[in-house]
Amino acid sequence: MRVALFVTCVNDALYPRTGQAVVTLLERLGVRVDFPEAQSCCGQPQFNTGYRHATEPLVHRYAAAFEGYDHIVVPSGSCAAMVRENYPRIGAKAAAEGRGGVLSAVAERMVPRTYELTEFLVDVLGVTDVGAYYPHTVTYHPTCHGLRMLGLGERPRMLLEQVKGLELRELEGAEECCGFGGTFAVKNAAVSSAMGADKARHIEESGAESVCTVDNSCLMHIGGTLSRAGSRVRPVHLAEILASTEESPL
Amino acid sequence: MSVTYLGMPPFPEAAETSTRDERLRGNLRHATRTIRNKRAGAVAELADWSALRTAGAQVKDRTLRHLDHYLEQLEASVTAAGGTVHWAVDAREANQIVTRLVRETGEREVVKVKSMATQEIGLNEALARAGISAYETDLAELIVQLGDDHPSHILVPAIHRNRGEIRDIFRKRMGRWGRPAPEGLSDRPAELAEAARLHLREKFLNAKVGISGANFMVAESGTLVVVESEGNGRMCLTLPETLISVVGIEKVVPTWRDLEVFLQLLPRSSTAERMNPYTSTWTGTTDSDGPRDFHLVLLDNGRTDTLADRVGRQTLRCIRCSACLNVCPVYERAGGHAYGSPYPGPIGAILTPQLDSMETGLDASLPYASSLCGACYEMCPVAIDIPEVLVHLRERVVQGGTATVRGQRTTVRPAKGHAAERAAMRAASWTFDHPRVLRTGEGFAARARRLMPRRLPGPGRAWTDTRDVPQVPAESFRDWWRRTRGPSASAPAGDSTTGADGTGQREDTR
Repeated sequence: MRVALFVTCVNDALYPRTGQAVVTLLERLGVRVDFPEAQSCCGQPQFNTGYRHATEPLVHRYAAAFEGYDHIVVPSGSCAAMVRENYPRIGAKAAAEGRGGVLSAVAERMVPRTYELTEFLVDVLGVTDVGAYYPHTVTYHPTCHGLRMLGLGERPRMLLEQVKGLELRELEGAEECCGFGGTFAVKNAAVSSAMGADKARHIEESGAESVCTVDNSCLMHIGGTLSRAGSRVRPVHLAEILASTEESPL
Repeated sequence: MSVTYLGMPPFPEAAETSTRDERLRGNLRHATRTIRNKRAGAVAELADWSALRTAGAQVKDRTLRHLDHYLEQLEASVTAAGGTVHWAVDAREANQIVTRLVRETGEREVVKVKSMATQEIGLNEALARAGISAYETDLAELIVQLGDDHPSHILVPAIHRNRGEIRDIFRKRMGRWGRPAPEGLSDRPAELAEAARLHLREKFLNAKVGISGANFMVAESGTLVVVESEGNGRMCLTLPETLISVVGIEKVVPTWRDLEVFLQLLPRSSTAERMNPYTSTWTGTTDSDGPRDFHLVLLDNGRTDTLADRVGRQTLRCIRCSACLNVCPVYERAGGHAYGSPYPGPIGAILTPQLDSMETGLDASLPYASSLCGACYEMCPVAIDIPEVLVHLRERVVQGGTATVRGQRTTVRPAKGHAAERAAMRAASWTFDHPRVLRTGEGFAARARRLMPRRLPGPGRAWTDTRDVPQVPAESFRDWWRRTRGPSASAPAGDSTTGADGTGQREDTR
């Protein structure tokens, strides 16, 4: 089983700790993980803003970087959904524009190999207890693309429930979008901020010490909103909680 | 003629003002949450909901694929049943036809059933210009009309008003249109409803002409269907001597059997009821019962253009239930008026720009009025993948391409005002396609991280006005991996040779 980490551009540049946590976690579970350095960005910001053509080289790059791997693990619901849902669409549209079926074939090949982290843990490795330790109260925000595009369902909660010392707190309106939405956050800043403020208020009201998601991009918006409001709630990626142990706590 | 209201600013501008309106947000939060929760209960009662949803989407898709056939069948059935069918290519033509038909009756007043199609074409305003008064008889539409207002929701047009505001509107304005509000009218719902009932009763009994839309049209029998809650529709459809129905061409279904699916999907999705209180069906005219003259105006107004678009055509499945509005976090904060047309919320964000061929600045802003959270798609009873269509329309805005406009395949130029963004997106793609450059850039960012201001200038301000920026780490993941694990075991692919616009030369050369 050849396993590669697609760390995503946001994690690479801004949240390397999340990538490190995935490596630590997977190695602890006995999985050897590679980091093909040819990888970069899935192209979601460009694609979702309407620049589909500018996304195409990144589809090729993703496919080339991860060719030969059985499993590509992505610590981001949104980037995994980009590959799984939108790469085939990009390929199909290129074909419809009379530019051949290569991109479509490349895209389709990547779909079944691409796993969001919790899918890889629960579905491929078949584990929910990863031996983690995080003695804090945590509330979980299911991010939209993981929830609705990938259908992650209960996987993240199943993993969190097995973490030693962790106490889950319910989040009011959990399934409502935090308001990040990529370029939406700046194109419609007023609405985005209003959504973020409501999410931050619900997180505060949960009484948890940490808020956890499977997407650092959403967490950047939620965390930025919380810290501007002077909140002490700590935003933390699920991978970092799962990597945390009694010997080496987060 | 655009579907959007005259003089409306782009969505972000309108929403910036409306999100600050605490009372509006309070009204909307309360109303949408109430309907949303009730809907969840009504849907949960049906074990076969997802099968119904699939069936609804499939019936619509099949009908749309053979729309020409079913429309001609409908025309033949309606004509055989004693009705007259008119075809209107756009709003202007539809308004001309209806105005002429009303004039031919010699009447100066008409009563109206709540109808999205007539809102879309601005029929009331067109009739007013011809000296004809059109009275809205749906309670919420009455509130909107008396208040010189625009509807802000498909199902609940006055959702932005609370009962105190409604009382004030009734007190001040009812007298101008007919029977005034009773003395000492309070804001109790029962009293408000009674005031409306008395005011409207006069209109029903005097009207000689009724104007409606329709939720469905059955091709095999020529039957039209209106689904409603208040009984005002039943009055307008049965009491007048002349009935004129203006209906979008996508409302046709092949057979009565197909209605079975939609009469389950629609009430549960819209009002969260198992069955709506009034379902009126009529087929042409009947001697000594109901209207003696029946006219059906079939409205295109951009629908055929929408149908020509492979991704966008699913928009035409819409049955106007408004479940997508009630679940949309953007709609809840911005309110319906920010969408600038009779079609607010997620469905409006994809329907309005398509009907309009993306002609206005507002049209070009609507596909961006979404965080792409997907809640609308999840709720939609006919499975319209609204996020997919939004992104598809964003492409048309910034990339251009081909689209059908008034029946002609047209090359669409990108909308103005996106040059800087386009350059930035291409630069980003180029950088991400050259990992060595990317690595250097990350290195610069890490070294400059202490210089990062708390509030950014320029476009970054939109972020930092309400949110802190994350701290740039001292070392990227890439550098950490190299430092601790050495260069990747697998051969790193070199930098790309394709241009950043990536128009796919690779497919041709491989």
